[in-house]
Amino acid sequence: MMRRWMGWMMGWLVVLPMGLQAQPATSEPATSEPVRGVDGVATRVEDTRRLVTLGGAITEIVYALGLGDRVVAADASSLYPPDVLEKPRLGYYRQASAEGILAQRPTLVVAPEGLGPPAVIEQLRAAGVPVLLLEEAHTVEAAVHRIRTLARALGRDAAGEQIVARMEAELAAARPQQGAASPRVLFIYARGAGLVNVAGRATAADAVIRLAGGENVVTAYEGYRPLTAEAAVAAAPEVIVVPQRGLESLGGVDGLLRQPGLALTPAGRQRRVVAVDDALLLSFGPRLGEGVLRLSRALRSERPAGEEGGRR
Amino acid sequence: MNTALPLSASLDVVLPEGATDPGAAAPAARPAAARRRAVVVLAGLAVVLGGVVLLAVGIGAVRIAPAQVLAILAAHVGVALPWEYEVQQALVLTGIRLPRVLMGVLVGAGLAVSGAYLQGLFRNPLADPGLIGVSSGAALGAASMIVLGALVPGAMASVLGAFGVAAAAFAGGLAVALLVYRLATRGRTTSVTTMLLAGIALNALCGAGTGVLVLLSDDGQLRDLTFWTLGSLGGATWGALAVVAPLVGAALLAAPRLARALNVMLLGEAEARHLGVNTERTKRRVIALAALTVGGATAVSGLIGFVGLVVPHLGRLLLGPDHRVLVPASALLGAVLLVAADLLARTVVQPAEIPIGILTALAGAPFFLALLLRRQRTAWSAS
Repeated sequence: MMRRWMGWMMGWLVVLPMGLQAQPATSEPATSEPVRGVDGVATRVEDTRRLVTLGGAITEIVYALGLGDRVVAADASSLYPPDVLEKPRLGYYRQASAEGILAQRPTLVVAPEGLGPPAVIEQLRAAGVPVLLLEEAHTVEAAVHRIRTLARALGRDAAGEQIVARMEAELAAARPQQGAASPRVLFIYARGAGLVNVAGRATAADAVIRLAGGENVVTAYEGYRPLTAEAAVAAAPEVIVVPQRGLESLGGVDGLLRQPGLALTPAGRQRRVVAVDDALLLSFGPRLGEGVLRLSRALRSERPAGEEGGRR
Repeated sequence: MNTALPLSASLDVVLPEGATDPGAAAPAARPAAARRRAVVVLAGLAVVLGGVVLLAVGIGAVRIAPAQVLAILAAHVGVALPWEYEVQQALVLTGIRLPRVLMGVLVGAGLAVSGAYLQGLFRNPLADPGLIGVSSGAALGAASMIVLGALVPGAMASVLGAFGVAAAAFAGGLAVALLVYRLATRGRTTSVTTMLLAGIALNALCGAGTGVLVLLSDDGQLRDLTFWTLGSLGGATWGALAVVAPLVGAALLAAPRLARALNVMLLGEAEARHLGVNTERTKRRVIALAALTVGGATAVSGLIGFVGLVVPHLGRLLLGPDHRVLVPASALLGAVLLVAADLLARTVVQPAEIPIGILTALAGAPFFLALLLRRQRTAWSAS
């Protein structure tokens, strides 16, 4: 009996993948000028009148390209510019609803590669709607690639190059002079006391700190982990960077420095806290250069408890 | 085994309501009136399910009028009806909405029937499919694939991406259920009490494993994981449907024979053996069917709590504890509840969605409480 049961299981393990496997995405014929998404699917965009954009960075790029009025709906992570908040909200892009998107009658859907559940991508394409998937990585190269790909797809190459040129100029200005010391930075992501996390390697915050000429003191792990008092003291940061909303949730700089260990760090003793706009700085959208430049200046300013870092 | 004695004693105390009533538990003594009532209630539930399914097929973010629904469906069987519709409406109806509603029927029925079987087997109203480790094993499997799947290189990853989480959840759920069963089996006999305790221990272990994966996950993975544990029918496709249908079908087909055995086993295992019931075979079948059904349902829809626990109680409150009517009643009720919950999930905040696990609890719990209180009141006034 047990043997038979195991046989059943094995059988289902074999059948399950076949049933659930997505139909292989068929590339469209490259007639005009198709744009290749990160999933390798070439999308030929013929009609840009009704755009559904998912992911904060992508929505921002479309607006920056001057096509904000064509966005008919965006997802919950699209918070900028404020105009987009007036449009239908599609939930979070990792848990999107195929029918909800189709109800907006889009002529093109642009989304980060994490668009999900996987069946949604399949269902949208089966319904004849082109879906352009873009890389999500938190690097300057990926940010530039996102802007150029979208600009080409939407026929706005010149506007795209303008955004890229400006971003690169700002990033160059943010780069520290040769031989300048890199401030040691602790990036804190907070949602109220007790919900305080610290950014390690391979995070958007880590990348931004380096772009701004700082050094992330947390190198022991990847991702965000809860703050531990002793580790914070041992890391000895000179500056603490915290999103504005997170700082408010803790009750300002005083509340932040009451978190275990922080008051004992060099940054805590000198009250060197930089508040940033995380939507601006961490989404790696078209305003990346602006955010990094502001952070870079704030890291180097001698004023304590500065709030100029990245505020709109 | 000292601890097992008081526990099994306490399990007997919390028998499903009515189990102490020998007339209800012994199939032969069911009066004709009860049988008539069962037929009427089951037929009524089937009608309600049909209505809910029609409603769910007709309503969604994309507007499709009832006449257009008819025309689209008729066109698929080669009948042309005079009502006009757009190609995209047809694609939404047959490619997205219809498989999703049918998946709701299958998953709801599967979870509820598994719950009814397990509550009967454990003779415990708190039993639900999570008890034998299927849910936590599936969660561990899904979390492993979500977090560690990124480490799988190149070509493998693209194949895994589409169905990897579902397959891992299915495998994880079955593996843990099998382990629970094995731990509770000595020689040829399986101790229901040990199974219950082993299930609790393995659930904790799987929880710890999932916790480690949460710690390792990045933001995106954590979001995926959280949404998965709240459940969604958004991933329903015809392919997924074809995988789950035979699993739920098997659980339903086994109902007539299993129900008889479970009815007798409500009297106690030893008594059931004396009455000629093969109790070991019954245990194996219940565990296997529940693990396969819940594993399959969880693989395609994530964790949907509450249905497996409470729907059998609703069935018992409506029709009593006779498994021959309780199992089909649970299947119908579970399907109704899940299709209705999914209808709300995809329309209330459209074009976004609410995770369905939130709604099954939100909609089902007050209804269950109301029934419970009404039943209690009538029981008191009668005595």
